[in-house]
Amino acid sequence: MNDVGLEFSVNRVAAMVRRYWYLLRSSWPRVLDLVYWPTVQMLMWGFLQLYVTQNGGLFARATGVFIGAVLLWDILFRGQIGFSISFLEEMWSRNLGNLMMSPLRPIEFIASLMIMSIVRLLIGMVPVTLLAVAFFGFNLWSLGFALAAFFVNLILTSWSIGIFVAGLLLRNGMGAESMAWTIMFLFLPLACVYYPVAVLPHWLQYIAWALPPTYVFEGMRALLIDHVFRADLMLEALAFNIVLFAIASLAFLKLLQSARVQGSLLQTGE
Amino acid sequence: MDATATPAIAVENLVKRYKSVTAVDGISFRLAPGSITGLLGGNGAGKTTTIAIIMGLIEPTSGTVSVLGAQMPKQRYRVLHRMNFESPYVAMPLRLTVRQNLSVFAQLYAVADIEGRIASLAADLELTEFLDRQTGKLSAGQKTRVSLAKALLNRPEILLLDEPTASLDPDTADWVRSRLESYRIDHGATVLLASHNMTEVERLCERVIIMKTGRIEDDDTPQRLLDRYGRETLEQVFLDVARGRSGQREAAQ
Repeated sequence: MNDVGLEFSVNRVAAMVRRYWYLLRSSWPRVLDLVYWPTVQMLMWGFLQLYVTQNGGLFARATGVFIGAVLLWDILFRGQIGFSISFLEEMWSRNLGNLMMSPLRPIEFIASLMIMSIVRLLIGMVPVTLLAVAFFGFNLWSLGFALAAFFVNLILTSWSIGIFVAGLLLRNGMGAESMAWTIMFLFLPLACVYYPVAVLPHWLQYIAWALPPTYVFEGMRALLIDHVFRADLMLEALAFNIVLFAIASLAFLKLLQSARVQGSLLQTGE
Repeated sequence: MDATATPAIAVENLVKRYKSVTAVDGISFRLAPGSITGLLGGNGAGKTTTIAIIMGLIEPTSGTVSVLGAQMPKQRYRVLHRMNFESPYVAMPLRLTVRQNLSVFAQLYAVADIEGRIASLAADLELTEFLDRQTGKLSAGQKTRVSLAKALLNRPEILLLDEPTASLDPDTADWVRSRLESYRIDHGATVLLASHNMTEVERLCERVIIMKTGRIEDDDTPQRLLDRYGRETLEQVFLDVARGRSGQREAAQ
């Protein structure tokens, strides 16, 4: 048996997923919250897009760029929030001590949070993508393989950030809760969600290109404006994501170890 | 304890420091398999830290803790499935029903026949009628019974209890003690009980370790402690220790 907790049990992951599923279905405000903001965002950006396309120019041939950007941004943002909220649920309910004392390995805990982030995303995003078809004739699903490549890269980034935030929460308690809600917004200007990287000052472009989502949003614009699928961008994003995921996982393990040293696993308050 | 028996829990020269604060200051003790021991001490005595280190939740500054032969926290995954704990300072998700909570933990502990085990525990702890009620809608006493059910789900060989009857009324507290007592007798479990409640310790424990400011001030059977301090109750002994009056001196007087 492995002493460092790398042994993996699908059964224990299933137990945790079941726990989060019970929680989700027990509370309609939690479910509503999954759909509410993505819908509001999509409608707002959709109508803005309608306005600018009706006024000609570059935007006239950029059909769906704004709606596509907002939907992909929501995959990135909601993926991380879904991960972090499931983790926060354990802190809010003071259940973390029970879990840390159980045979649940950190890797299984993380795996269950990843699964729940996808479950929550599907509940929130599928209705919104259907509304985008109904309101604006924009069908995200028609992107096919490209959508799969975008999704894989965005969800990997959101998991990496979620894992890092979970480590911060373990180490610093609820004092780090605001990080869970705000950290992803750092990506909003730098990952060039709504505009091309070329808009940024030259020196800032180096930072932008170090972030995996930047490749996804550039790839989306290439697909929707120039009708070209940039596989090279997706592969570069994947490479950066692998590095980011490894760094986040190591940071999580370090922060968990630090929490054991500081005795903060039982004291999860502020 | 028989010197030749392998201890269920062995704590050797355990120290835990948080920056300038020493929470546990070089304590050592061994618990025999099947024994029940009380860890007594006032606030800040180091009881909870000691139990958390035994559970593998806190890394000691120095010293060693061995549980069922595994070094904690390094080898915790060798033994966590054979241990469990109960404390009022942790809770179970309030929106889940009692059955849902217990079944999730049963799966985490790889309990065989989960439904059967839950039904049996629910009957034993008089929880059957609450099984499908949300945990958050139970009274404090009922929640404690649910926590106890969770702690007994995997039939632990080591049961760590941190003030298990805190905030319970005397009747419910007494009922919980009876169940703990019968579990230990039926399963031969080793129980370490941290408590402020002298009645509880006096009734349940065959050995009492008294801690003060991170150190063990005394360690003996309840009767020998009473004799040595010349007192009638453990509460009086506890006050003597808390106020710095040693047993030897009291006995000499």
